Amino acid sequence: MTAVEPIPVAPRDEYPPEERKPRRRRGIRGQRPGWVTYAVLGVFLLGCFFPYYWSILIGSGDSSTIRDPNMSWIPGGNFFANAAAVVSNPAVNFWLALWNSIWSSVVIAASVVFFSTLAGWAFAKLRFAGSRWLLVFVIATMAVPTQLGVVPLYILFSDLGWTGQIGAIIIPALVTAFGVFWMTQYLQQAVPDELIEAARVDGASSFRTFWTIGIPAARPAAAMLGLFTFVTAWNNFFWPFIVLDRQNPTLPVSLSLLQSNYFVDYSIVLAGVILATIPLLILFIFAGKQLVSGIMAGAVKG
Amino acid sequence: MTSTLARPASDAPAQTPGRTPRRIGFGHRLSRWDLKLSPYLYISPFFILFFVVGLFPIAYTAVISFMDWDLVRNSGEFIGFEQYTWVLSNPKFWIALRNTFSIFLLSSVPQLIIAIFIAAMLDQNIRAKTFWRMGVLVPYVMAPVAVALIFSNMFADQYGLVNNFLASIGIPAVPWHSDAFASHIAIATMVNFRWTGYNTLILLAAMQAIPRDYYEAATVDGAGRIRQFFSITVPSLRPTLIFVIITSTIGGLQIFDEPRMYDQYGTGGADSQWLTITLWLYNIGWGEWNFGRAAALAWILFIIILVIGVINLLVTQSVVRTEGGRGELSRRERRAQSRAARERLAAASAAEPTSKEDVR
Repeated sequence: MTAVEPIPVAPRDEYPPEERKPRRRRGIRGQRPGWVTYAVLGVFLLGCFFPYYWSILIGSGDSSTIRDPNMSWIPGGNFFANAAAVVSNPAVNFWLALWNSIWSSVVIAASVVFFSTLAGWAFAKLRFAGSRWLLVFVIATMAVPTQLGVVPLYILFSDLGWTGQIGAIIIPALVTAFGVFWMTQYLQQAVPDELIEAARVDGASSFRTFWTIGIPAARPAAAMLGLFTFVTAWNNFFWPFIVLDRQNPTLPVSLSLLQSNYFVDYSIVLAGVILATIPLLILFIFAGKQLVSGIMAGAVKG
Repeated sequence: MTSTLARPASDAPAQTPGRTPRRIGFGHRLSRWDLKLSPYLYISPFFILFFVVGLFPIAYTAVISFMDWDLVRNSGEFIGFEQYTWVLSNPKFWIALRNTFSIFLLSSVPQLIIAIFIAAMLDQNIRAKTFWRMGVLVPYVMAPVAVALIFSNMFADQYGLVNNFLASIGIPAVPWHSDAFASHIAIATMVNFRWTGYNTLILLAAMQAIPRDYYEAATVDGAGRIRQFFSITVPSLRPTLIFVIITSTIGGLQIFDEPRMYDQYGTGGADSQWLTITLWLYNIGWGEWNFGRAAALAWILFIIILVIGVINLLVTQSVVRTEGGRGELSRRERRAQSRAARERLAAASAAEPTSKEDVR
C-alpha cells in the first residue's frame, strides 16, 4: 500500500504565468478614469445613502418636522426621545423583537450552512446513482415562490399550536435549495478530485475525507452562505407577518406595527427604522467586504 | 460483491502471515459500503427536511386549491376548479396582475440599465475600489419593510419630500397614493433602491471576467468606447444577464413587503391602485380566511412566474445575441483568441510606435 505510485496531480494552473496577463489591466483601460466617472459614481452613492440620511433627519425631529416646507437639512435633537418612544411602546415590543430576530436568524443561518455543506459535498465530489437528477431537481425548485407553501404551513403550525412561536419561522427556513446549489458550485472547483482519490488510497474513510478535506475547503463559501442567509432571514417579512403576532414579533413585523395606527407620527416611525437597521449596519461594517465578494463570486458561476 | 470477497482471499498468501484474510475482506467490504452509502447519508438530512418543509406544502397547496377549506373543522370539501374560476373571474385578480406587472417592469428595466451602466463605471481602474463596491451595497442590508416606511413617507401626497421638491421647481404635486401609475413608480423606486447595487456587483463580476485583450484588439481596430461597450461588454454579459433577469422575475412577481407597507392599512389602496397578487393572496387568506381561494391564487402565481421565466429566457437569448458565439467559447479557445489579439496588438504597436504614444 505504501509503494503506491504518486498520483500525477495536475497543477492548478497549467498555463505559463505569461498567459495570465490579460487579467491585469494595461493600456487604455489601465489608465485612471477622469472626474466624470467619479461624479457619476458619487451621485449614485448619494442615492444609496440618502434614504438613510432622510430617516435620520425625520427621526431626529418632531411630528411637525415633516410638514415644515423649510425644514432644516441638519438632524434635530429629538432622536433619543423618539427612540425611547419606540422602545417603550408596548404595542411594538421592540426588545423582544430584536432578540427574536437575532436568535432566529443565527439558528437559520447555522442550519442552512450545515445541511448545505453536507449535501453540497456529496453532489460536488461523491459519485452516486441519481446525483445528477437530484441536483437538477434541487436547482429547479429555486424558482418556486414562497407563497406556494404558506397555506399548508399555516394549517400545519396552527394544528401544532405553534402560531405566534418563533419556531414557526425557523422550521421552514432550516434548509434552502439555493444553499445546496451554492455549496455544490463552490466545492466542485475548490477541491481537486485527485486529492480525494489520494485520501481514499491512503485508507481514509469517506467521513474522514469530508472532515479533513471538505470542511476546510468549504469554509470561505460557507461563511458567505451564512452571511447571506442571516441577512435574508433578518429581513424576511411575508411569512413571519402571517404566522407571528404582536405579542412575539421579529423586527420587521414589529416595524410594520409602528405604522398601523390611524395617526402616524413619522418621526417615531423613522426613529424605529433607524433602530431596526443599526444591527445590520454594524454587521455590514465588519462583513461588508465578504458580502461584496460573495455576490461577485456567485455571479461568475451563476 | 462476490468478486470483492474473492480477491483478498487469493491475495492473502502473498501478504504477511499475521493478518487473516477474513479481516482484509471485511475491511474492503466496509470501505465499499462506506463509498456507496455515505453520499446518501450526506444528502438525506437535507432532503428529509426539504420534503417536509418545502415540497409537501407545495403539493398540499395544490390539494387545498381544489377544496372549499373549512377553518373550524380544519378540513375541506372537493369542489374541483371552482376556486380557480372564482379567482380568474374576479376583476381584482386582473387589477392585481396589471399592478404586479407594472411594478415589475418599472423596477426591473431601469434597474438593469442603471446597474449595467454603474458596473461599467466600476469596471474602470478607479481609486478606492472597495469603498465604491461596499457603498453600492449599503441599501441591500436595509429590510424591505424599513425601505417601504422611508419611501412611503418621501412619496406622501401632502408634505412629502418628492412633492415638495417638485413644487420648488414648479411642477404640480403628483398624487402618489391615489393615482395607480404614480403609486407603481413609488413602489418600484423602493425595489430599485434596494436591488440596483446588488445587481451592479453581479454584472461587475461578469465584466471583469471578459478578457482585456478584446478591448485592446477593438481599440487597435478603431472601435470607440461606446462601440466597445455594445459590441464586447453587453454580448459577453449574456449568461449573467439571463441569470439576473430570471432571479429578478421570480422575486419581482412575488412583491409583497413594499405594497403592504405603502400605507397604514395595507390593503393595496382604496381602489386597489397598488394591490399586487401576493398582497391579494394575503388578504384572501388571512383577511377573509378563505384558504381554498388563497391556495388557488398561489398556484396561479406560480404558473405565471414559470411562463414569464420561459419567455424571459427566450427573449433574452434572441436580443442579447453572441457575436460568433463568443459566450460559448471554451477556455482554450479564449486563450488562443486572446493570444492572437495580443500578437495583433504587438504588430500594430511595432508598426506604428507613434500612434501608441498618442494613445497613452
